[in-house]
Amino acid sequence: MNIDWFFIIEKIALISGVLALSLGVAMYSTWGERKVAAIIQDRRGPNRAGFMGLLQPLADGGKLFFKEEIIPTLSHRFLFILGPSLAMLVACMTSAVIPWGDTLTIGGRQVSLQVADINIGILYIFGVVSLGVYGIMLGGWASNNKYSLLASIRAASQIISYELAMGLSLIALLMLTGSLSLKDIVEQQRHSYWNVVYQPLGFIIFLICAFAECNRTPFDLPEAENELNGGYHLEYSSMKLGFYLFAEYINMFISSALMASMYFGGYSFPFMDSLGLDANLITILGFVALFIKIICFLFLFMWVRWTIPRFRYDQLMRLGWNIMIPIAIVNMLLTGAWILYKQG
Amino acid sequence: MSEQQHIHLPQGSVEKQTTTLNLGPTHPATHGVFQNILEIDGERVMSAESTVGYIHRAFEKIAERRPYYQITPLTDRLNYCSSPINNMGWHLTVEKLLGIQTPKRVDYLRVIIMELARITDHLICNGVVGVDTGAFTGFLYLMQFRELAYEIYEEVCGSRLTTNIGRIGGFERNFTPVAFQKIEKFLAEYPKALKEFETLMTRNRIFVDRTTGVGAISAERAMNYGFTGPNLRAAGVDYDVRVAHPYSSYEDFDFTIPVGSTGDCYDRYLVRNAEMWQSLSIIRQAMDKLKGLPEDVYHADVPAYYLPEKQDVYNKMEALIYHFKIIMGESDILPGELYNAVEGANGELGFYLISDGGRSPYRLHFRRPCFIYYQAYPELVKGAMLSDAIICLSSLNLIAGELDA
Repeated sequence: MNIDWFFIIEKIALISGVLALSLGVAMYSTWGERKVAAIIQDRRGPNRAGFMGLLQPLADGGKLFFKEEIIPTLSHRFLFILGPSLAMLVACMTSAVIPWGDTLTIGGRQVSLQVADINIGILYIFGVVSLGVYGIMLGGWASNNKYSLLASIRAASQIISYELAMGLSLIALLMLTGSLSLKDIVEQQRHSYWNVVYQPLGFIIFLICAFAECNRTPFDLPEAENELNGGYHLEYSSMKLGFYLFAEYINMFISSALMASMYFGGYSFPFMDSLGLDANLITILGFVALFIKIICFLFLFMWVRWTIPRFRYDQLMRLGWNIMIPIAIVNMLLTGAWILYKQG
Repeated sequence: MSEQQHIHLPQGSVEKQTTTLNLGPTHPATHGVFQNILEIDGERVMSAESTVGYIHRAFEKIAERRPYYQITPLTDRLNYCSSPINNMGWHLTVEKLLGIQTPKRVDYLRVIIMELARITDHLICNGVVGVDTGAFTGFLYLMQFRELAYEIYEEVCGSRLTTNIGRIGGFERNFTPVAFQKIEKFLAEYPKALKEFETLMTRNRIFVDRTTGVGAISAERAMNYGFTGPNLRAAGVDYDVRVAHPYSSYEDFDFTIPVGSTGDCYDRYLVRNAEMWQSLSIIRQAMDKLKGLPEDVYHADVPAYYLPEKQDVYNKMEALIYHFKIIMGESDILPGELYNAVEGANGELGFYLISDGGRSPYRLHFRRPCFIYYQAYPELVKGAMLSDAIICLSSLNLIAGELDA
C-alpha cells in the first residue's frame, strides 16, 4: 500500500492551522467584542493588559483555567461534562469544509487551503451545527437548575425553528449554484457576480438565522442574563464555562466565514484574475480578502448585540414560523421561477 | 457518577403541573433583595407571590428614638436613587409641623436639587428597563450623566448617593459658583444624551413589542391599589403632588404632567422620559428665577432649629445655647399630627408624623410608593411570560430600600 505521507502531513498542518485560527480568532473576538462595546458605549474597553489590552484574552483564559472547578452535587456528572465538550467539539468541526483559499503551489505540489472538499459540504455543516444544540441542551439539563433548564428549552426550540428557515433560504441558493460543495460555490462566484446579488432576500434570511443559531442578540434568549441569570451555563465554572463562551465565538466566526463564502464570494475578490499576479500571491490575497469579509461580519454581530434589545420567547417563535419560513419559501419559488424563465 | 436525585411523590398523588421558580432574592433582575415566588407553566407565569422583608431595617422604629435632624440620614436609605427628594420631604414635613416659612431662594434651590434627583431616578429606571430587555447601551449613555448630577450633589453637600442634603430650614451651606456652573453644564449636556437615548429606544421595534401591553393596569385598578407617581400617570390619571398640593413653591413653575393611557410598561417608559424633559425645564426656570434674588440666603431664620455659624458659637451666648440644644436634640418640637407628602421620583412619598412634644417623633410612618406598587405585582404578571415579569419588575421601579424601609 502506498501512503502519500506528504498528503497526510499537509492535511495535519492544515487542520492544526485551521483549529489554531478558529481559536485565535475566537480569542480575539472576545477582545474585539469588548472594544466594540466600549466604542459604542463611550467607554475605553480593556486597556490594561498589554498594548490596547491585546493580552486581555490571554489574561481571561488564564483566569478561567485557574478558577475552581465546581460540579453541583445534584447534577448529572457525565452529561454535565459532556455538554461543554460537545459544544466546543462541534464548533471546531464545522471549519473543516470551509475553503480558506485557493490552491498554493509549494515545490510543485498543489496544496488546497481547504481541509476537506467534500461534495456535500453544506449538508455536512448543517448536520454538525444541528449537533451543537445538544451541547447547550445537555449542559442546561444536567445542571439540575430550573433557570438552566428553561434556557435549554429555549435554546432547543429556537435553534430547531431557525434551522428550518436557514435551510430553506439555502435551498434557493443551491438551486442557483447546483452544487453542495462550498469550493464550487466560491469558484462560481469568482467568475461571476457574488451570490448576494442574486439572492438578497435569501441572504437576509440566512443572516437573521445565523444570529439565532449563534445565540446572539436579539436572539440571545438562552443566555438572557437578566431573566435567567446567565442561562444554560449558570452552574458552570472554570474552563467548562470558558468552553461554552468560546464555542459561541467560534460559531460566530464560522457563521461569518460561511456567509462570506456563500454570499460574498469567499476568497475571491474583484479583478483577482485580471491583475496578472503570481498564483500563490493571489491565493494569499484571497485569504486576506476572505478574512476582511469575516471581520466585517463579526463586527456586524457585535454592532447588533450592543444596539438592540432581545425578543421575547413567543415573539421569537412567531418571527421564526410565521415570517421567516414563509418568506424563505417565497424566495425559493421566486428563484425557481427565475431559473425557469432564464431557461426559456 | 452520582445518580441524579429526584423527589419521589407518594403513590397516587397528583403531580404538580407547574414549576415553582424563585425569582430572587438574589436574582439580577430584582436589582435589590426581594423575592417573587412564581408558579410557571413552561414560560408562562400562572401566579406570583411577592415577599418582602429581606432588608427591613426598622427605620420607623429607629426614628422614634432620634432627634428630628438625625432622621434625615434614615430617609436617604429609602429610595437611594433619589435620596435628596426623601431628605427634603422630611425637612418640609418638619417645617410644616413647626410652621417655618422658608425664603423663596431656598425653595428654588430645593426645587433644583429635587428635580435633579427625579432625573437621576428616572434615568436609572428607564435605563434598567432597557437593560432588562437586553439593550445595555442606552443605560450607559444615561449613566454617564448621572455622574454629572452626582457631582452637583457633591459640590452642594459633600456626598453622592446617600446625600443627607440640607437641614431643617434650608441648606447647610450656600451653593458655590462651581455648583451653579455644574448645573449649567448638566442642563447643556443632558438633553443631548436623553435625545440619543430616546432615538435608540423609543421607536425601536423590538423594544416597543417587548413593552407594549406588558404589566398593564387600568386607571381604576391603579387608584384602588393606591398607585401614585409615574406609574399612576401612565395609566392616565394626572395626579401629581407638585400640582395638587404644591410645596416648596412649585406653584411658581410652569410645567405639564405627562400622562399615558394604558398603564403598561411602554407608557411608563414614555411618561418617565417626558418627565425628565419637564424636570429639565423646571430646573432651567428655577435657575432663571434665582437671578433676581439675594445671593446669600440659603436657610430660613429659625435659630432654634437651624445650627448657628461656628464663629457665632464661640462668640455669642445665644448661639452657643442653640448649638448645644440642637446638637443634643433638645429643641422644643410642638405636639401635633400631620401628613405631608412630596412627589418622589417613584410616586407620592408621604410622611405621617405624630409628635407628642418630645425630642423625637412619637410615631413616624413613611408612605413608600414601592411598597404599594409591589402589592399589585402578582396581578400585573399573571398570565404573562417570564420575560414580561422581569420587565414589569424594573418598569415599576421597585427599589429594595424603599420597599422594606
